[in-house]
Amino acid sequence: MDKNSWKPWLYLLPALVFLGIFMVYPLFDVMMYSVEEGYNSASQTFYGVGKYNYSYVLRDPYFLQALKNTFILVIITVPLSTGIALLISVGLNSIKPLKELYQTVYFLPYVTNTLAVGLVFMILFKKTPYSEGFVNQIIGFFGAGPVDFIEGPYWAKMFVMCFYTIWVVLPFKILILTSALASVNPDYYKAAKVDGTSPGRTFLRITLPMISPMVFYLIITGFIGAFKAYSDVVAIFGTDLNAAGMNTIVGYVYDMLYGDSGGYPSYASAAALILFAIVLTITCINLLISRKTVHYT
Amino acid sequence: MKIVLENLTKKYPNQNRKIKTEVTAVSDMSIEIPDGQLVGLLGPSGCGKSTTLNMICGLEKPTSGRIYFGDTDVTELPPEERGVGMVFQSYALYPHLTARQNIMFPLQNFRGEKKLSRSELEARAEEAARLVQIEQFLDRKPGQMSGGQQQRVAIARALVKMPGVLLLDEPLSNLDARLRLQTREEIRRIQRETGITSVFVTHDQEEAMSISDFIVVMDTGVVQQIGKPQSVYDDPVNLFVAKFLGTPQINVFDGTVKAGKLFIGDEAVLDVPGVPDRDVTVGIRPEGFVPDENGVLTCNLHAIEVMGRDTSVVAAHPAFTGHEIRAIIRSDERPEGSGGTVRFNLKEKKVYLFDKDSGERIRF
Repeated sequence: MDKNSWKPWLYLLPALVFLGIFMVYPLFDVMMYSVEEGYNSASQTFYGVGKYNYSYVLRDPYFLQALKNTFILVIITVPLSTGIALLISVGLNSIKPLKELYQTVYFLPYVTNTLAVGLVFMILFKKTPYSEGFVNQIIGFFGAGPVDFIEGPYWAKMFVMCFYTIWVVLPFKILILTSALASVNPDYYKAAKVDGTSPGRTFLRITLPMISPMVFYLIITGFIGAFKAYSDVVAIFGTDLNAAGMNTIVGYVYDMLYGDSGGYPSYASAAALILFAIVLTITCINLLISRKTVHYT
Repeated sequence: MKIVLENLTKKYPNQNRKIKTEVTAVSDMSIEIPDGQLVGLLGPSGCGKSTTLNMICGLEKPTSGRIYFGDTDVTELPPEERGVGMVFQSYALYPHLTARQNIMFPLQNFRGEKKLSRSELEARAEEAARLVQIEQFLDRKPGQMSGGQQQRVAIARALVKMPGVLLLDEPLSNLDARLRLQTREEIRRIQRETGITSVFVTHDQEEAMSISDFIVVMDTGVVQQIGKPQSVYDDPVNLFVAKFLGTPQINVFDGTVKAGKLFIGDEAVLDVPGVPDRDVTVGIRPEGFVPDENGVLTCNLHAIEVMGRDTSVVAAHPAFTGHEIRAIIRSDERPEGSGGTVRFNLKEKKVYLFDKDSGERIRF
């Protein structure tokens, strides 16, 4: 062994210390909590080790509701938002006049505060004693009855939730995709044009493969982000998500820790680890699929 | 297929929007390229040669003028209806497709009656691959191939549609020196085998001279001279063409004509009967110098560089306009020693006179 071999470790030490304190230790701690049965945070005691916390969480109807909500949110918003972002980016990339203006407009939601955006959505969708809400006025114009989007049926609330999520995540995706599209060598398009390639085929066979690493990155981060949804839901439906039936997994974890029914770090830890397992599985599946469909050059 | 360019002009709006004047990339260009010939468009960067190529291809529309392929006016036709194959400087091979898929790509665009079956596709692609000799690399992706192999795939992809015209944009600029020599022979061979009318763009005069049937020398959007490489080299119409062709570059002196004699400095170096007395610019090709103890032109000797077959004599002269004079002589004629002076006689055919202001050739 080289006598200087400790040196690299010395240089890495600051990073390792911080990672250890703020990432490895908490992760380890969460795992410990999740198997400590009957943990009492006040007295720091527990009376056994086992998988009871997991079985409790998995049988808790609130958790199952949160699980269902989260999955619906993920399955609807990730493909839709990526697809819409792709459409808008291709559009933005192909127009010339006022391109910068449009790019700015599409990026605005990204720099807007979540709660402020939530408020705007309330105004759009919420029924108050004075107003039906802007969206209901539009629906009413076409002859359909008013729908209570905030406190009404499940599908209406889910619709608002998905709509909101897609709208919030779009700017970042558009930003990434427009820069990916702009970095494709224009010679590819010229070559395709000389060969008489139709626009559809050019998009599917050239553009999409060329930007596939970025699309893949957006899908992975999109999945992870959607699984971690919480603040957006609070912004629209308030803090009592269980009552609204719109809780998410992260919301459930929060409620178990600090909510009105809170004070159960063991249940919260178990739920958090279940979420971790789900995200890990999905990401692995994504990576497997990507081997065939993503082209790195 | 014969290509005719008629008064072709291309103007762009100035990139700086505050300047309203347009930039003329190509100005009133008229040339005729006979069927089956390989033509080199030659000029320094920014001279409009790539713009010309893009207009022939159809990627850019001319501001005025017409383009004919054979007897057909193709000026208004989009690229895909002109039947051209194009090889890009960057090759533009799709990196996610194998060489085979790249070559088949243009054929898969055919729709309706022209649509090819799977086996026809394969056969055509393999035929094109055989022509450029890359059969064994067909299942590799561009990233797994050398620059020369990628170049061949790009040529195969351009040829697979059997176009009437092949266009090559700086085809050799991305290759190293040895591969460049090989590939230019290769391009020549492929062009001869297919008999396809080809136009290629280059800023490298050696490249253009070595493989073209004839060359078109351009500068600032204007055609300077058209002709066979050797005749353009031997008989340049102006100083620009003389300077642009040939390595090492032609040596340019300030001179005067007095009473039918050409003076460089105080020395009368050549008889130039019929030229009126005036100041001129004198161009002497490096191979136009003959060392001679009693020579007519006296220069300060700087160095003698031995290059095997030839020897390069580096010298200086007060009337010389460039950095240093370079004379190429046979090694067995090498003058002795270094430092001091060296005297040359001049070969009359290698000396050109040009107008001092316009750079136009003055014949004698």
